[in-house]
Amino acid sequence: MSLTTAHSVVVPTRTSKRIAGSIVILYALISIIPLLWIFATSFKTPPDSIAYPPKILFQPSTEGYCNLFTTRTRQTPEYIASLPPAASFCDEVTRKRNMVIAGPSNFLPRFINSLVIAFGSTFCAVFLGTLAAYGFSRFKVPLADDLLFFILSTRMMPPIAVAIPIYLMYRELGLSDSALGMILLYTAVNVSLAVWLLKGFIDEIPREYEEAAMIDGYTRLQAFRKVVMPQATTGIAATAIFCLIFAWNEYAFAALLTSGNAQTAPPFIPTIIGEGGQDWPAVAAGTTIFLVPILVFTILLRKQLLRGITFGAVRK
Amino acid sequence: MGRRLKAEQWKRIMTDARVSTYQRVADTAARATPKKLAKPVTGLSDRMVAWLFIGPTMLLLLAINIFPLFWAIGLSFTNYRANRPNEVVDNVGLRNYERILTDPDIWVAMQTTANFVFWTIALQTLIGFSLAYFIDRKFRGHAFWTTIILVPMMLSPAVVGNFWRFLYEPQIGLFAYAVSFVSGIPTTEIEMLSNVSLAPWSIIIVDTWMWTPYVMLICLAGLRSIPDYIYEAAEVDRASPFRQFWSITLPMALPFIMLAVLFRGIENFKMFDMVNLLTGGGPGSTTEVASITLKREAFEKWRTGYSSAFAIILFVAVFGLANIYVKALNRVKQR
Repeated sequence: MSLTTAHSVVVPTRTSKRIAGSIVILYALISIIPLLWIFATSFKTPPDSIAYPPKILFQPSTEGYCNLFTTRTRQTPEYIASLPPAASFCDEVTRKRNMVIAGPSNFLPRFINSLVIAFGSTFCAVFLGTLAAYGFSRFKVPLADDLLFFILSTRMMPPIAVAIPIYLMYRELGLSDSALGMILLYTAVNVSLAVWLLKGFIDEIPREYEEAAMIDGYTRLQAFRKVVMPQATTGIAATAIFCLIFAWNEYAFAALLTSGNAQTAPPFIPTIIGEGGQDWPAVAAGTTIFLVPILVFTILLRKQLLRGITFGAVRK
Repeated sequence: MGRRLKAEQWKRIMTDARVSTYQRVADTAARATPKKLAKPVTGLSDRMVAWLFIGPTMLLLLAINIFPLFWAIGLSFTNYRANRPNEVVDNVGLRNYERILTDPDIWVAMQTTANFVFWTIALQTLIGFSLAYFIDRKFRGHAFWTTIILVPMMLSPAVVGNFWRFLYEPQIGLFAYAVSFVSGIPTTEIEMLSNVSLAPWSIIIVDTWMWTPYVMLICLAGLRSIPDYIYEAAEVDRASPFRQFWSITLPMALPFIMLAVLFRGIENFKMFDMVNLLTGGGPGSTTEVASITLKREAFEKWRTGYSSAFAIILFVAVFGLANIYVKALNRVKQR
């Protein structure tokens, strides 16, 4: 590296670096404003959230989070005065608005559905994907290129087009609005990504390792389990996170194929309403809770991102 | 006898694994190893293992992708309605396809989709490539700012897109406020989602905000793949920076740009979540892209047969366009 740059005539000048840097930083700052605004709104009270001009400085409140997890009913001031003192902070906030907490909202069950479906489908997709990727990477499979292209092409179909027959099929099989049905569907969608990504990772592990192991008396399966798998851990982890993010973010299938039981968070969050319209602080609170895991994963994955988003076509 | 058999088994396994260098060593080793020390080679042949490994994935894809696809093809020749499962189903032949291809509304939806794909890709490529070009100047802290820029594309288009409805609110939204602050137009007139001429742009803006980082990341890989010595040679030949950009940077990064365009093109052709949440196809049908039309036909009007035919047409269109494009991409790569 130092050898090429030491005499390089193409190192950008300091001014050009400075100009480039300020343009990029300006873009980055503008592009994260909507995200910061989501975070800020989640800590606003409903009146603060719809103030004009938009409030940048405000008294933070957790009312949005209270509203996200509860349903409330309006009561007369006399009734509220007759109640015993508020047991929790959320109780108190709600009573100030002349309401009482009627019960938990659907957010938590929807969030748990998201977790179950995302992790379940990721596990299945990565399991199947690792096996298939190893198969394509190490064996002479007849028509391998066609099969791989077929696997990829399943991702080109518009989700709505897939959803029509899936809807009918699940109705026949009794899988409508069930977590199992959604796990199967997301597994099928994700397995194409998993195969393509993992094939790239496994291709990079030298064959000689397994061959040496097999000369030492391992069977093919033992060599796969004890030699290839440990080497592919990083690739498998990165692939798993990509599958997880897809399943976590997916909206079209979830909105069309689930309605109650198995509904995930993405179709649920837009339906959070308060009195007289959307309860934006609660929506922002739900969005914030929903986005935090993805933020963490994005930072963990930043070195593998390029590979993941191009199905392994571009590597650094 | 036992020993000979073992040697033959070794040989077969090694040949299957396409190893030749180790073969003789292994043979000798197998022959030389005392019977008790030699581990019995059990297990499946490689061909069996290959099918065992690939089979489950293929079965799943057959069950969840291919079988439904054929079912949809079958339905597309009927007048079946999913909300009336007990009604007699008539075979209508190609009439569904005929009606779709002659329906002006469908063509309007296709045109809306095409406009949408064109503008989002144009903006994303332009901004994404410029950003990548600037990041490649490697200013101090560029890795950190790159990570910040990448965040929006990892988030759920539905959940974040939904929040943009709040940002777009004419009275209280941050977007309207910012625009009126800069331009002086009163906030009440900036009705991004309900104004016929602004609504398509409201979606293009969110899509561009979300997916420019994607294009940027791929372009960045392209720029970084250009070796320094080419620029050095150009510098020695006294090529101007402008000339270097047009004759080296752009052509060498072109396959990457085209790859980004391919992926974004397919995704935006399918676009559903953001449009459904931001405008739902409205006002009127100004933002009704193909996916929204399909959803209306299939899950609101329940014209299952008709919408299956439309789904097949869309799939063939994506598949065909993508194939033509990949051919072009390969030609550019080989140049």
